[in-house]
Order: sequence, then structure tokens, then C-alpha cells
Amino acid sequence: MNVHVHPTQEFRFMRPDDGIKQGDPLLVVDNISLSFGGVKAITDISFDILKGEIRAIIGPNGAGKTSMLNVINGFYHPQKGTITFRGQKRSRMRPHEAANHGIARTFQNIALFHGMSVLDNIMTGRITLMKRNMLWQALWRGPAETEEIENREIVERIIDFLEIEHIRKTPVGRLPYGLQKRVELGRALAAEPSLLLLDEPMAGMNLEEKEDMSRYILDVNQQFGTTIALIEHDMGVVMDLSDRVVVLDYGRKIGDGTPDEVRNHQDVIDAYLGVSHD
Amino acid sequence: MPKSGQKAGRKPVTFPQYLVLNAERYADRTAMRHKSYGIWQSWSWAELFEEIRAFSLGLRELGLKKGDKVAIVGSNRPRLYWSFCAIQAIGGVPVPVYADSVAEEMVYVLEHAEVVMAICQDQEQVDKVLTMQDKLTSLQRVLYDEVRGMRDYDQEHLFSIDSIQARGGEIFKSSGDADWLEAIDQGEGTELAVMLYTSGTTGRPKGVMLSFDNLVISALNGNAFDHLDEHEQTIAYLPLAWVGDHIFSYAQAYTAGYCVCCPESPDTVTEDRREIAPTYFFAPPRVFEILLTQIMVRMEDAGKPKKRMFDSFMAHARKVGEPILNGEPVGLADRIKYWIGEILVYGPLKNRMGFSRLKVGYTAGEAIGPEIFRFYRALGLNLKQLYGQTEASVYITAQPDGEIRADTVGRPSPDVEIRIDDASGEVLYRSPGVFLGYYKNDEATRTTKTEEGWVHTGDAGFFDQEGHLKIIDRAKDVGKLANGNLFAPKYIENKLKFFPNIKEAVAFGDGRPYCTVFLNIDLTSVASWAERNNISYGSYQELAAHPEVYRMMEEHVDQVNRELAAEEMMAGSQIHRFLVLHKELDADDGELTRTQKVRRSFISERYEPLIEALYDGSTSKHVETEVVFEDGRKGKIAATVEIREMKEHAPSFAKEAAE
Repeated sequence: MNVHVHPTQEFRFMRPDDGIKQGDPLLVVDNISLSFGGVKAITDISFDILKGEIRAIIGPNGAGKTSMLNVINGFYHPQKGTITFRGQKRSRMRPHEAANHGIARTFQNIALFHGMSVLDNIMTGRITLMKRNMLWQALWRGPAETEEIENREIVERIIDFLEIEHIRKTPVGRLPYGLQKRVELGRALAAEPSLLLLDEPMAGMNLEEKEDMSRYILDVNQQFGTTIALIEHDMGVVMDLSDRVVVLDYGRKIGDGTPDEVRNHQDVIDAYLGVSHD
Repeated sequence: MPKSGQKAGRKPVTFPQYLVLNAERYADRTAMRHKSYGIWQSWSWAELFEEIRAFSLGLRELGLKKGDKVAIVGSNRPRLYWSFCAIQAIGGVPVPVYADSVAEEMVYVLEHAEVVMAICQDQEQVDKVLTMQDKLTSLQRVLYDEVRGMRDYDQEHLFSIDSIQARGGEIFKSSGDADWLEAIDQGEGTELAVMLYTSGTTGRPKGVMLSFDNLVISALNGNAFDHLDEHEQTIAYLPLAWVGDHIFSYAQAYTAGYCVCCPESPDTVTEDRREIAPTYFFAPPRVFEILLTQIMVRMEDAGKPKKRMFDSFMAHARKVGEPILNGEPVGLADRIKYWIGEILVYGPLKNRMGFSRLKVGYTAGEAIGPEIFRFYRALGLNLKQLYGQTEASVYITAQPDGEIRADTVGRPSPDVEIRIDDASGEVLYRSPGVFLGYYKNDEATRTTKTEEGWVHTGDAGFFDQEGHLKIIDRAKDVGKLANGNLFAPKYIENKLKFFPNIKEAVAFGDGRPYCTVFLNIDLTSVASWAERNNISYGSYQELAAHPEVYRMMEEHVDQVNRELAAEEMMAGSQIHRFLVLHKELDADDGELTRTQKVRRSFISERYEPLIEALYDGSTSKHVETEVVFEDGRKGKIAATVEIREMKEHAPSFAKEAAE
């Protein structure tokens, strides 16, 4: 059998279009407040993420960035406020519902299955898109087999995209940190998300690994048209990559705008970036 | 089904003609494979014909004419191989370029060859070509294979191979391929087929012009010599610009009709080779060295029973493996033990390395360590040596089956005449594979190729009693120490490099009072040794300067001196002083050629202070060295390098001779 998959064909996601035009709000966060007992993690925060953009969330330690991501993908439930995703307003959503609706994420501390191979790890990202039930999958005949082949092809395209062919069958636990991060991105991509949340994708990486990762993030954004929200501490990376930046401090929003606007915003300088050295 | 329309009774003489023939005689046989998205994609000869026809018609439409030169930049991708034939079908001349060369090196070749088109693998290579655009006045179009990252480029002069093939397909549908086939049919064997730039151990690269006759006849001879036919499989992983790859993965594949497999990426070659299990395989000694080192490192970590089984059966294989392979008589008990070993050790080992089906394996380019060579032979792998050059379309000498020696390069290949120059000891040859000349460099052509067609190899060598050629060194590198003793640097360096811990060695001594060397440690093997011996280090530099590493190197140098002392010609050139370099010699810094050969004169200039220190009696020297990264940025590393003094061994050959 000679099936020719052209390596040159550009790979696009198969997930059906969500009906939102490029540049319209994909996600709107409105007046969100979140507290744990007496501790206020987030206070009255509102911002939006436009379709097709790279949106950065920055702020000093403890500013509420990760809490914000957790709210967006339904892991935390805010006491106040609403979130509108793809035009649907909601106040409570469970993480798996968020995943089903097309929100995928990576974590600050890598959360992969260390004993499983790279391929299997990325395959788990497809789980929400597989329709056959466990019985079918256990039998692995007919429709389940076809489904696995279809899904494997997408996973292989992601492996090709991230240039990790050489570690396809290597257990994740044996890989260096930078590659594990890349695998985690691969797993998030496997869900063909409309919105991709990256929690410090470049933490602990060296310069070369950061350059690679930046390249992949830009490529994901351009080639797949995926909207990305990312938390990052490396200001150089944030300013280069993102279209718009929202700045949090002590659970409040203190700045929102293009990297240049944010850079010159006095509150932001005071709170986070420090005094300019010019 | 293609109609060849070939002139009755005429044998094909060009590769496009062979393509037409193969599409008929081997229509359904697999011609090419490429691992992509984790699956081996394959093309039969009939499919290959269609792909190349579409490509070629598209190129013609784009304005490619007879005689035009086209640069091909990238790694071993099917489409880049197709481009050879697609270009040749129109009468154009492909000029493959080393893909890992930095922009300045590449610009020289592209400018010198006056290429009108460049076919690049991906964005990286397109970027390199585009940065040189101002200098390349003849360059009109750039084609690329992989679309990734190309969407933001100004597409006016940029084309994807896909779009060119699609266009070619339309042309075929509307007006057929009669004129195209006609043009192929008129191709003559004497025409220029390809230009390969030699990496050049000295000076600028030279464009070696090879005709179809050169390549086709050499390939047919090679096929006949090793009984290669359409059933072979080989894996294409060496640089496209290197003549060996052009012969093994293109010329011989087309003439014999065998299948060429392209790996998924340069990082996966070992895994891919295991899956393909090639029957015909070529690798420079370095690849075999690395493979062996990896196996040995793994065996060191294996459990006791496994390790004992491995050692015992390997000892047996060393004893009887080669005689069995050479068809010599071997006792029944030994044969049975070897057969058990095949099941328990040799077979799994061969499978691990991807050599389970290997019919013929070749190594060339550098001397291979006798231990390494014997290891593979002992496993029952028919590994042989050959001696070749770009100017000869590879084959000068090769070892016939059953006459394998670790230290010779074999007998003259079919149709090759060899003579040794009496005065200089230089090897000269004459054969149908001898190149047409260097492109735009008549002077170099005249000094290399005599009017009677003899070509100077630049290598010094001699024939042994059995008629096998032995190469000592580059003729111009063979010198004399100040005391008149013969000094053959390569000979000494090779002896050192046979130790797995030494990756590279550079010997000095011509016109000097004694011989000295630079050493480069082999990171894989020394690092593993360091781990086992609880030696901690932070960087290559720190490991290289470690006192324990120095002690180990001292033992190796001493061993070499002892060996040298036993040889009449070489006893006088024992190593007196040595140092371990603080950085790896690297092609990006110009210290090695792209084929990983040492550029001696460049190194002598660059490290002059170190060489002086080797001769002025000092015990250490502080140096700063500039390094160049692949993208052209520069950095500096500084280090204090220690120098060690060695004891000389008394010559031991005289005694043996007297006994």
C-alpha cells in the first residue's frame, strides 16, 4: 500500500471552526473575584482574549496569575463574576468541560506521565476527542481501530511539528527538562484547542531552549491559528511574543495593553518591572 | 506506463534514461522510502517516474534550460534526490551543497558555480540563500521543500516544490511528455552530469565536473564487483554534496534499480537503520567507532551474567568469526559454538545495530582501527574498505570478498590502473571514472590530471606483497624530523585515534627536533568513564584538563610510542610531548573539513602559541580561542593547557630482525 502523506502539506487542526471571527473576543473575563477563606487571590479582574492573539499575563510572585488560569480552565470556581467563552456565559465549569470546549493547558510543574512514552503522553491529549467507549477500545477492532489510526496521524503531525521524532518512544521520565516541556506542549496541542493556556512555558530553560520554545509558540499561533494565553517571567520573551499584556499585582489588574504601553505604564514599572535604567 | 521510445538496442547512458528504463523493468519494485509521520512512505519506480516527470516539467516551465546549474541544499530528502534527475532530464546540472556549511562558505560555491536556481530543504536553508542574494547575481529562483514557516516570505521568486510539481502535472495532462522523453533520449554519456565541490583540506573548494559516463560506468563496475542488484536496500544519510552519497544513493541505485531509504531526521538515523536493515551500507570509520563505543558503554552497565556471556562469545568470535566469513576451514566444535553465539549474542547485536541483513558494508575516508574493523568482521558482517576520491567517481581500490585486511585498502577496482610515483611515493590512477576537470579552474585541473589521464591522488602509498594498496599519509604531509627521521603525521594520529577515548589527534614534527601531538578527548566515552570513576566535571573544558584524564592520555600515548618503537620506519618519530586541547576541533571553526578531516595548516596557524609551547619546554600555556557558532556569531574561550613530557622507548624492531 502506498499512501503518500506529503510532508510539505501544511497541517491545520481538524476541530470545527468555533464561529468566532479573527480579532473578536474569544474569552471575556468579567469582574472575577476569588478568595480562599480570608485570602483574596483575585479581586474584580476583567479582561478579554481576542481570537488569534497571544495574550500574556504577567505580575510579581503571588499576583494571582496561575489562579487566573485555573479560573479560566474551571479548576477554581470564582465567588463573583462571569466568564464568557466562545459567546457562552458561565460562572461554574469543571476542568473536563473546559477541555471538551477546547481549552487546553500546560502546567508550571510538568505534569506528564513519567513512565509512559512521548507518543503515549501526547496521545492522552486526544482523549476528549475519542468517541468510542472503553469496551470498543479494549477490543480494538473496527471503529476503534480506525479511530486510533486517525488520532495517531494527528499525534504524528504534532511530533513532526515539534521536532521530537527521535524521542517518540522514549519514556518521558528519561528526557531532559526542556524536552519534557516540549512534550507537554505537544499534549496540549493534541487536544486541538481553540484556547491554549501556557503556565510559564520557559521556566528553568536555558537561552537556546527558550529560543526554540518561543519559535514553537509563534508557529502554533500562526500555523494553527490557536489563541494563546501565557504566563511568563522572562520579560524579554513576553514583550517579543505577545500581542497584548495584562499585568496583575496582589490580585488586581494594574495594567492592560500592548507590550509598549505596559512597559511605559508607571504603575507597572513601580510594581513589577522596577525603575527604568535608561 | 511510460513509453521509453528508447533507440532500439541502445543501453541507457544517463540517469534520466535509467529512470525511464527502471519505470518499465521494475515498475512495481520499491525505489525509494522516506519515514514521515512515523510511517515508512514508499514510491515504486513507476511512481518515482511520475513524480520526477512532474517535477522536471515544472522546472522547465519555470525557465530551467540545458546547461543551467542548480544548487541543491539540504539533507537526505526524497524530493532533493528527485531534483537531481528532474534537472538532468532537461540537461541542467545539479550542484549539491553541504547543508551544514555557514553562509560564507556556501556563497562561494553558489557564486562560483553560477547557479540560476536553488532548491532548498526548509526555511533555514532558504534563509541562508536569501541572505547571500546580493552576491548571487545569477540566482533567479529559490525552491523549497518544507512549507513550515514560509508563509510570511515574499513569494515572488520563491516556489514550493509542491506547486512546481502540480504545475508539471497540469502540463503533462494538457500536452503530454513526448518532447520531454525525446530530450532524455538525446542525452549523451559524455555530457556533464553533476558538479561536486570538494571540501578542500587546503584552499577554496573546487568544483569537480563528472560526466554521465564517469558516474554510470563507475556505478556499474561497483554493482558488478559486489553483486548488487535490484533487491538491495540502502539508507541515505550522508551529505548529498559528498561523492560517496551521490554514487551509493543515486548512481548505483539507478543503475542497479535498488531501493534508497531516507531517514526521518538526522537524529533518528540509528533507529531508522534498525527498521530498514540495509543490505548495502556505507559509513566513514567514525560511524562504526561511535556504534562500537555505544555498545561497549552499554555492556559496561549490563548485569554480570550478560556481560560474561558477551565477553565469552565475543572472544570466540574474534577467534573464528573472520575465518568463517572468509570461507576458511574451521573445526565443527568451533562452528557450533559460533552458531550458538549467533543466536545469543551476535544476532541480537547485529539487529540492534541494524545490520541483520547486511550483504556488503564499506568504510573509507580515513583509516579504521584494526580492533574496530575486526569486531564487525568477527560478528560475521562483510565489512570492507575502499579507497576513493571525488575526482575518480569514488572507486580507486576496493577489497574483494575474502581478501580483507585491516591495514590495506584493497586491489585496484575494475577498469582502474594504478601506479606509484617513484620519486614521491604518490599514488596515481587512471580509470573511466576520472573527472572531466575542475570547473573554471584549468590550472588546478592541469596540476592534478596529466595529459595521459593519470590523476594525482596526493596520497603516499605502496603495494604490499599481495598486491594490496597501503596508504600512509597525504604525500605533502609526509615530512622529516630535524634529525632526518621519517615523519608521517597521519600514521601517528591514526594510532592514537584508535583509542576510544581519543576523538581527534594532530601531530607536529616536520622540520622540528621531535614529534608532538594535540589530543581531543571523546566526550561520550570519557564522560561515561568519568561517571563510573566518580570524577565530577562541569564542562568539556574541565573534563579535558582533569589530571585523571591526563593520566589516561599519558598511558595511551605511551602505548603508541611502544608500538612505534617496534617499527623500523617510525621508531624515530615517537611522541615526546603532548597536550589535551581545551575545545573540540570543529568544522564551524574551520578546524575540520565538512567531512571531518583535520585541516592541518589552519590548526598550526590558529594554535601557534600552543605549538611553540610544545617545543620550548614549558609545562603549561594560557590561550584564548575564538569560536564561531553556526549562525555566524562569535565567542571566546580561554584556558590554561597543561603539557606533558613522555619517555622514549628504545627501538625494539632491530632485536626482532636479529632473531
